[in-house]
Amino acid sequence: MMKILVPISNVPDTTTKIAFTNGDTEFNTAGVQFIINPYDEWYALVRALELKEAGKAEKVTVIHVGLADSDATIRKAFALGADDGVRIDNEGPDAYFVAEQIANYAKENGYELIMAGKETISFNGSSVGAMIAGFMDLPLVSLATKFDLEGNKATIEHDIDGGTQVVECELPLVVSCAKGMAEQRIPNMKGIMGARTKPLTVVAATSNDKLTNIKSYTLSAGRTTCKMIDENNIDELVHLLHTEAKVI
Amino acid sequence: MILVYTEINKGKVKKASLEAINYGAKIAELTNSTVTAIAINADAPQIEEMGKAGAKKIVSIKNDALNSNDSMLLSATVEQIANAEGAKIIVFSFDITGKAVAPRLSARLKAGLVAGAVDYPTINGNNLEVKKSVFSGKATALYSINSEIKIISILPNSFPVKLGDNAATVVEFTADLSNVNSKIVFKEKKSNDVGGMIPLPEAELVVSAGRGMKGPENWGMIEELAKELRATTACSRPVADMHWRPHHEHVGQTGVAIRPNLYIAIGISGAIQHLAGVNGSKTIVVINSDKEAPFFKSADYGILGDAFTIVPKLVEAIKKFKANQN
Ligand SMILES: Cc1cc2nc3c(=O)[nH]c(=O)nc-3n(C[C@H](O)[C@H](O)[C@H](O)COP(=O)(O)OP(=O)(O)OC[C@H]3O[C@@H](n4cnc5c(N)ncnc54)[C@H](O)[C@@H]3O)c2cc1C
Ligand SMILES: Nc1ncnc2c1ncn2[C@@H]1O[C@H](COP(=O)(O)O)[C@@H](O)[C@H]1O
Repeated sequence: MMKILVPISNVPDTTTKIAFTNGDTEFNTAGVQFIINPYDEWYALVRALELKEAGKAEKVTVIHVGLADSDATIRKAFALGADDGVRIDNEGPDAYFVAEQIANYAKENGYELIMAGKETISFNGSSVGAMIAGFMDLPLVSLATKFDLEGNKATIEHDIDGGTQVVECELPLVVSCAKGMAEQRIPNMKGIMGARTKPLTVVAATSNDKLTNIKSYTLSAGRTTCKMIDENNIDELVHLLHTEAKVI
Repeated sequence: MILVYTEINKGKVKKASLEAINYGAKIAELTNSTVTAIAINADAPQIEEMGKAGAKKIVSIKNDALNSNDSMLLSATVEQIANAEGAKIIVFSFDITGKAVAPRLSARLKAGLVAGAVDYPTINGNNLEVKKSVFSGKATALYSINSEIKIISILPNSFPVKLGDNAATVVEFTADLSNVNSKIVFKEKKSNDVGGMIPLPEAELVVSAGRGMKGPENWGMIEELAKELRATTACSRPVADMHWRPHHEHVGQTGVAIRPNLYIAIGISGAIQHLAGVNGSKTIVVINSDKEAPFFKSADYGILGDAFTIVPKLVEAIKKFKANQN
């Protein structure tokens, strides 16, 4: 039976106040809580687990390209129900590099369904899923919101410009997962206990093709002051939007 | 030569595609080069508009198979054109198609990709440096692209569209898709019913409402305000989760990220995950009954009070403004 590979990313919790160090060349991880990227967890991983529970897949493996400090995040995926995990021991984050590593692993180990998240909330590339499909020369269905499997044939609903579309595709296949695929799960006690003993394999990178690098970061400028307008003087707001903000 | 990917939507060149051609023209200026645009199933007026946006040459492809949104077919087509034309820099819009096609092309051509650029690039030796938004809009990062072929996709609504009087030369191109092994079979398409509104990612004016509206039955005034402004409607996540509004209206960190000129937030508290998807907006107006609502700290203009009385007044004020404009 078919095996599913779920690439997961390790990202700062959504409430994190972002800061940088080292002359604004590095993300400051001090005090930051890391989580599985929400799209990877809530949609890709949970849907993959549901497919396995329905007897449609034999095994769900999570894969991550990152350093040892991501292991706690991989174990969270175990607690949710992933069978095993692979970490490619390299910091990334160039999307080309990450995708090439995952594609190589998937090819060598015979994964027929790769379920990535639609994007990371850290680098917002929306790239890795489609790149994996490119490296493996496989079809891609992006922004999947519903996914079902009958034997070897997937039926998928996904977002397109201005609407949605239903397609069918035989495996092997890459999908990028968006809201709608599944509901968020909370790990249960059994999952949490089992997470410690599930196999996490650490392997070295198979290439060193990094085509982009980040030179520096800048925090987005906040807004200075909010001009309060009296609710009985709404003409004033419309006037300001026209003459000051020049947006209407 | 700078190669730019474009799309036609509802009979017109997409605004995002015109932005991409303009952007390509800017890089062409910097690199002493010219822009070639790819036109897929485009007619003469559409091709003319691409010329006005700054394309010197248009590679025109007519092939119905490419109407299917299959990124494998689209990417193979762009790859063949890029090879035939010897493209070293390729520009996409960071829209739904761009997010599926540009990364695949990056893998195929071993081309470094910056996805979601918010500024024009600078040249540093053989590298291009360009800023993109990261951490869901909380910061930008300066990326360097170090590969020989480089791909940039640009965040929609980040660059103004300018049309000039340039006319392009047109060449026909036939892509050979016989070796593309796509197994995707199309079953049905549903269009989001947006009542003729501009889709959210492209909208310049957005009226958005949250849980403060109490229930879906109260959205009439929100829609009316949007209609008066010719704006697109959006909502916060709980509103979509409770099915008060369709999912495609959900903006924020886990929804659509937008950067319109005007974002009006009504009965939305301004949680950090909501702000992450909207704080790139040029001007933000917040209407909220709680003076402690965090959104006021991220707004340009605020009205403290009950949305149920303020929104109808705002509709009237806009009607009056429009009448005076004429
Ligand atoms: C991982 C994660 C991701 C998330 N992603 C998103 C996302 O993408 N987008 C998103 O929106 N949220 C997201 N959220 C949820 C977010 O944290 C907030 O819960 C949500 O944005 C709140 O929605 P709201 O402002 O509509 O509702 P509330 O927080 O309940 O706010 C309602 C507001 O309406 C005001 N109000 C009430 N009555 C009136 C009235 N009569 N007139 C005027 N104002 C009134 C109240 O003062 C209040 O400020 C995410 C959360 C998590 C944990
Ligand atoms: N370092 C990584 N390791 C494993 N998977 C990743 C990594 N980075 C991104 N991904 C996957 O690729 C998807 C898209 O990421 P991105 O292109 O960075 O927005 C994510 O949702 C993950 O599923």
